[in-house]
This record gives sequence, structure tokens and C-alpha cells, in this order.
Amino acid sequence: MADTLKLEMVTPYKQVLSVEVDELTAPGFVGELGLLPGHTPLLTTLKVGQLTYKSGGTVTNIAVNWGYLEIEDDTVTVLVDTAEKADEIDLARAKAALGRAEDALNTLSLEDKKYKVMEAALQRALVRIQVAGGGH
Amino acid sequence: MPSLKDIKKRIGSVKNTQQITNAMKMVAAAKLRRAQEAAVSARPYAEKLQSVMSNLAQREEADGHPLLCQRGTGRALIVLMTADRGLCGGFNANVSKAAERFIRDNEKGFDDIDLVIVGRKGRDFLKNRVGENIVKVHEDITSDATYKTAQLIGQEIIAAYSEEKYDAVYVIYNAFQSAIVQIVTEEQVLPIQPQEAEEETVNSIDYIYEPDRTEVLEQLLPKMVEVQIFRALLESNASEQGSRMSSMDSASRNAAEMIDKLTLQYNRARQAAITKELMEIISGAESIN
Repeated sequence: MADTLKLEMVTPYKQVLSVEVDELTAPGFVGELGLLPGHTPLLTTLKVGQLTYKSGGTVTNIAVNWGYLEIEDDTVTVLVDTAEKADEIDLARAKAALGRAEDALNTLSLEDKKYKVMEAALQRALVRIQVAGGGH
Repeated sequence: MPSLKDIKKRIGSVKNTQQITNAMKMVAAAKLRRAQEAAVSARPYAEKLQSVMSNLAQREEADGHPLLCQRGTGRALIVLMTADRGLCGGFNANVSKAAERFIRDNEKGFDDIDLVIVGRKGRDFLKNRVGENIVKVHEDITSDATYKTAQLIGQEIIAAYSEEKYDAVYVIYNAFQSAIVQIVTEEQVLPIQPQEAEEETVNSIDYIYEPDRTEVLEQLLPKMVEVQIFRALLESNASEQGSRMSSMDSASRNAAEMIDKLTLQYNRARQAAITKELMEIISGAESIN
């Protein structure tokens, strides 16, 4: 058994990552998911959230947005719509998006179709700000 | 015999045309590089999704999901990828003709075939041929195809398919081979046909699915459709630029040839005029002596 995990992260636009990592935390659909080498095969959907991996003592945070994670034979494949590292995030834009989403949520009714859209936007903005600020 | 001035004018106008075609060629070449990069970098995602998918399909008798089950030959939908602009050789005509053939020949024996067109040129071409089959035209999305646009088209298709408006969905597009070669490709989008994975990948250990298998499948399958549309969009875009580049290249070359020919004609006419003048002067001088 290898003592590292091979992490491959791809978005529709490009392959974001292909690195060896020691451990990995992902925002799984049913809750936060911690992965270590030797994990049993698993396929899960991901929510909007923060994905963290530790590689040789350094910790990297990535904001991800919907996707899937598969682990098999110590290879982790992550398919996500978007993936942004802390230094790729435009904090001002994320904050503006957060403000917009909050305003919209305050005025919209719960039944409104847009409510869910704005709620998702709020989530994304929150995660971005969190990641840009160095994670939790 | 056209006058000197006429020839000169024509040379000027051909030169202008050449400048334009040359500029278009340059622009297409730059765009091609970008489009090609986009198409290549989108590949890993599609491949990964495909392999996750076939892994899943092996463990699952994947027939329960509506997007997977074959419904026979009722109504079909074609998504046709063309360009918004012309001047790119046979690019638009080739795919459009393929779509027209698909509808006319109807080899698979569908009751009815509808057509969704991406790009203005495809609409212009098919409007008068199979106009009654066209249900929707998307314009101005090919030049910078984002995953969002593909998602929108994909979701439309899935919605229509789920309502059983259609029993099969195909996509017809120009697959990018190289700047000179584009291959008209026809792919089935729905129902989804999971590819068979290689034998070795079969794992006896049971997978854990979170939240559960049906839920995972539920979310994965629409992704497949979106990715397929996205890839077709990107490939089509790269093909368009490649096709435009090569056709503008040959147009520039033709213009150069034309200029050479006209210049020769111009010089001949000029020389003839000089000779004529000389003859006149000489004969005039002779008559005085």
C-alpha cells in the first residue's frame, strides 16, 4: 500500500491538479469527508465547499463547486465544475457577490424559483471568501 | 482590351481583397490555437467522467434510469453544430448536409425528427430545405463556448427527453482532426450508452456510494450529456477556425496569382502603348523628311 494518495482534479476547462498528497478533506454530499491512503473504494457527490489537501507539510485549500469524487486504489479523482485556489480568488468580487446574494435572499420569497439560485450563489461566495482568507 | 486605368483599378481591388483574406487568416490562426487548447484541455474531464461512468455501469444493472433505457424509434432530435459566420470553406455546408441527409434518409426509421441548430449559418442553409423540422436556433454562442452554455443546451435536451418528447437525441458536428481536416461526426447523446471498460478495472470490492447509487447516477448522467455537448461545441469551434484558416489561406494565394496575371497584362498593355507612340513619332518624323 502506498503511503500517499494520488489526487487528480479536473474541471471541464482543464486538468487543475495532479499531485501526490498525504491526506485530503472534501465536502461530501452527506458531510465532510476525510481521506487517507488505503481508503476503501468510494464514489460520492460533492457540494459547494472547501477541499483541503496536505502534501509534505503544506496545506492547500481549494474552493470547489459541485462535482464528484472517486477513490480507488489510492487514486482520488475529483470532477468539479469549478476549482479555485486561494490566490486565484478575487476577494472583492466574491464579497460583492455575497452582498448581492444576501440582498436578493432578503427580498425573495421562499417559493420563488430564484431563491435556490441565489442561495447557491451565496454558498459559493461564502466558500470563496473562506478559502481566500486561508481556510478554516 | 481593357484600358491601362481599368487594369490598374482591378489590381488595386484584388490587392484589397487579398489584404482582407490575409488578415482573416491570421485571426483564424490565432483563434484556432486558443480553440484547440480549449478542446484539448477539456478532454481529461470527459475521459475521467467516462471512466467513472463505465465503472459505475459495470457494478450496476444500469437500466433503471430513464436516461439509459432504450425507448425505440419514435421521435428523434438532432443537435447540429454550425458557425455563426461564413467564409470558412465547406465547414457549414458539410455538417448541414449531413443533418439534411439524416432527416431525409432517416435510416433508423424515426417517426419524426426535430432539429436544434447552433449557429446562424446552419439555419440559413437548412431553413428552406427542412425548415419545418427546426425547433430552435442558438446564435452567438460558438465563438466563446463556455461550459454554462453547454449546460443550458444539455438541460433543455434532458428536459425534453424526460418528458418523452423525444426518444433519441443525436449531435452532429465537425470533429477537429487538424487545421485542414475536419470530420463530420454523428454521435448519439441520449439514451446514454455507457462504454465498456477494460476487464482489469473490475474490482471485486464493493464500492461505497454516497449518498446512494441511484442518487449518484441521477447526478452523473446529466453531466455526461452536458460534457458531450460541451465537447462537440469546442471541437466544432476549433474546426471552424481551422477551416477558415485554410480556406482564407487558399483565397490569399488565389489573389496573389490573380495579381500576378493582372500585372503581366498591365505591363503588356503599357509596352504596347509605348510602342504605338514611338511608331507614331517615327512615322511622323519620316513624313517631314
